[in-house]
Amino acid sequence: MFEIAEKKQLSHTVALFKIKAPMIAKKRKAGQFIIIRLNEHGERIPLTIVDSDNSEGTITIISQEVGKTTSMLGALGKGDTIMDVVGPLGKATHIENFGTAVCVGGGIGIAPVYPIAKALKAAGNKVISIIGARTKELLILEHEMRKTSDELIVTTDDGSYGHHGFVTQILQKLIDEQTKIGLVVGIGPVPMMRAVCNVTRPYKIHTVVSLNPIMVDGTGMCGSCRVTIGGKNKFVCVDGPEFDGHEVDFDELIRRNRSYLKEEKIAMEEATYHEGTRCYERR
Amino acid sequence: MDPKEIKERMKIPRQAMSEQDPKERVKNFYEVPQGYTPELAMQEAKRCIQCKNPLCVGGCPVNIDIPWFVRLIAEGKFVDAAKKLKETNALPAVCGRVCPQEDQCEKVCLVGKKGQPVSIGRLERFAADYEREHAEVTIPNIPKWTGKKVAVVGAGPAGLTVAGDLVKRGHKVTIFEALHVAGGVLMYGIPEFRLPKKIVESEVEYVKKMGVEIVCNAVIGKLETIDELLLNGYNAVFIGTGAGLPVFMNIPGENLIGVYSANEYLTRLNLMRAYQFPEYDTPVLRGKKVAVVGGGNTAMDAARTALRLCPEEVTIIYRRSREEMPARIEEVHHGEEEGLKFMLLTNPTRFIGDDEARLKKVECIKMELGEPDESGRRRPVPVKGSEFQIDVDVAIVAIGNGANPLIPQTSPDIKVNKWGNITVNQDTGRTSKKGVFSGGDIVRGGATVILAMGDGRKAADSIHEYLATGVW
Ligand SMILES: Cc1cc2nc3c(=O)[nH]c(=O)nc-3n(C[C@H](O)[C@H](O)[C@H](O)COP(=O)(O)OP(=O)(O)OC[C@H]3O[C@@H](n4cnc5c(N)ncnc54)[C@H](O)[C@@H]3O)c2cc1C
Ligand code: SF4
Ligand code: FES
Repeated sequence: MFEIAEKKQLSHTVALFKIKAPMIAKKRKAGQFIIIRLNEHGERIPLTIVDSDNSEGTITIISQEVGKTTSMLGALGKGDTIMDVVGPLGKATHIENFGTAVCVGGGIGIAPVYPIAKALKAAGNKVISIIGARTKELLILEHEMRKTSDELIVTTDDGSYGHHGFVTQILQKLIDEQTKIGLVVGIGPVPMMRAVCNVTRPYKIHTVVSLNPIMVDGTGMCGSCRVTIGGKNKFVCVDGPEFDGHEVDFDELIRRNRSYLKEEKIAMEEATYHEGTRCYERR
Repeated sequence: MDPKEIKERMKIPRQAMSEQDPKERVKNFYEVPQGYTPELAMQEAKRCIQCKNPLCVGGCPVNIDIPWFVRLIAEGKFVDAAKKLKETNALPAVCGRVCPQEDQCEKVCLVGKKGQPVSIGRLERFAADYEREHAEVTIPNIPKWTGKKVAVVGAGPAGLTVAGDLVKRGHKVTIFEALHVAGGVLMYGIPEFRLPKKIVESEVEYVKKMGVEIVCNAVIGKLETIDELLLNGYNAVFIGTGAGLPVFMNIPGENLIGVYSANEYLTRLNLMRAYQFPEYDTPVLRGKKVAVVGGGNTAMDAARTALRLCPEEVTIIYRRSREEMPARIEEVHHGEEEGLKFMLLTNPTRFIGDDEARLKKVECIKMELGEPDESGRRRPVPVKGSEFQIDVDVAIVAIGNGANPLIPQTSPDIKVNKWGNITVNQDTGRTSKKGVFSGGDIVRGGATVILAMGDGRKAADSIHEYLATGVW
């Protein structure tokens, strides 16, 4: 059992949790993730470790309510427990001084970008961050990102805050302004990551993305998380989650992430309408 | 035994074990064979002629004293029989169910030379079940702590055996397990209808009651490395991490929605209980026409699991002929009874999807058997131009497992072979790293439960010795 030490609502559907997991807190590095299982009937889902506090023995995760499990997590609060937390999983981000690093985060993807930006900054990089959301209410971690970045540009799709438009437009502008960029980190919804890679590809700017396929074990045992990278099959949970964005087959990832659309809907409906009267039906 | 009695005993026919009706059982996940009654068990046990030089013992990878425990059953001393078994086999209720006895003890049984061998596996299962069901399981006396601590990585049959053997000798043992439950393949791979999970759970409980600490959700190599374990007060480490890396065919379309590795498919269904979705949260694609690629036990388990999810059809696609299938005959037979179809001498060449990338068809090619290969089995070769397609919406690839690289990656001083399996001294289980031992599937590649346990036993002996002498 892992206790939730703190919870902060970041937007209507996005919440930050500090979970007591001292061993993981001690070990984890930027770029790594955990897998949680809420209860006996729960599924195993991956979540990026956003931050950790060694003295408190906590790790921080940020979760957006998109399905049954994340909604159930969203309903938990301080003092509640999560049955299983396993990690830190995946490889840590390769951190070195690249000169100037541009960190691009979209939506909930700002959460995994944050620890990487922090680590890059600590390694002496000039960090320019571009973070975007659909609308102002959904923008997370602005304050934290501002603290770890030399420069921060905010975009919203609807223009309710910051620059009206997409993160990729700002990235393109930086490139057009002849900014010397050693590394681009782009994390967010898969179409956004694909767009970021399309911007940097012609200039051969090293671009790292963090992938979010469907996982089960998270230790390389099942192959659920496989994605084609540079024509080869890779297991994101052990070979990643970060890869050279120019090699990723994003279309395949988008399709594979839709594997259980129908089942996810059933699970949501079941959780919303039939709570308490669960029964097993063959479908 | 006098010749007259031997003759009498040889006349007793092999006692059948009742099984759930195939038509019923494909609709549920309950165990298929239902076990012996005490009367049947005693009758079957009487078929053993108590050989002076019992060949069966040599056929058993851990050399269980078979005639002895069988005699105890014949005498009605069921609990004693179970205790006798446990002297050499920590998990008799498991082995009685999943060991390939027809290739081991029963293969060489003298009674089997003339008729059918003594049903050693069924008797083993009976004794263990009797002891458990009658709450006769007793915890052995644990000696005073020796002051030594051992870390075991992986709670599969190998790890559980090492841990059990070492606590019995007074050492403190902690098992670190990556998943949220202990048991390894017994929990995530082998299906409920062949090995009920509550049996595995009670075996794990037994190991815990003896004083073994099991820490789940602990991925060694990530949470802590082997070196850190050795630095943090463990005097020795045993690695029993299994063969958990699914092998794919590397053919086009393998990443379509609906193509699973057997590991993923079985993990979703066994460990995560996707067959009870949405009561349990983990989904699985059920599929109308299911194809399983491979001919081993894993393929058979995946196929028989699929059959229980109400498909129209489940087909095994295997590139050699039936004789070469590595699966247990009993399992093939069970599958057939349940309506499993076989497409032999056939190999998939490509998976074909629709515009949402969902699997729709598989293209196969016919094979014929050529010259024998290094395994002695005739090598299958494709028949040119014989490609054909079949409708399939779920495909499960069950062509084997490789070695999981997590630990070797973070402990480069542990030597592995070209397939990534840890190399050990066969007699002692010692790896190339001081204080580190290994056994089970991570050493052997995919093998069997009993071999993993045998390795565990051997390693426990040599760990005990190493802890006493400190000599490497
Ligand atoms: C579907 C299927 C059916 C089978 N049927 C049979 C059968 O009928 N009869 C038979 O004899 N054999 C059968 N086998 C083979 C048998 O299950 C294995 O040979 C046996 O389980 C190997 O035991 P093990 O202890 O070496 O490894 P495993 O049982 O694989 O256990 C290894 C454990 O280590 C854990 N682990 C891995 N990496 C780490 C890490 N880094 N840190 C912490 N923990 C880790 C894993 O999660 C796992 O729990 C079958 C196998 C499969 C897959
Ligand atoms: S070989 Fe068969 S008959 Fe002889 S002791 Fe073993 S089980 Fe009994
Ligand atoms: S999640 Fe199972 S192999 Fe990556």
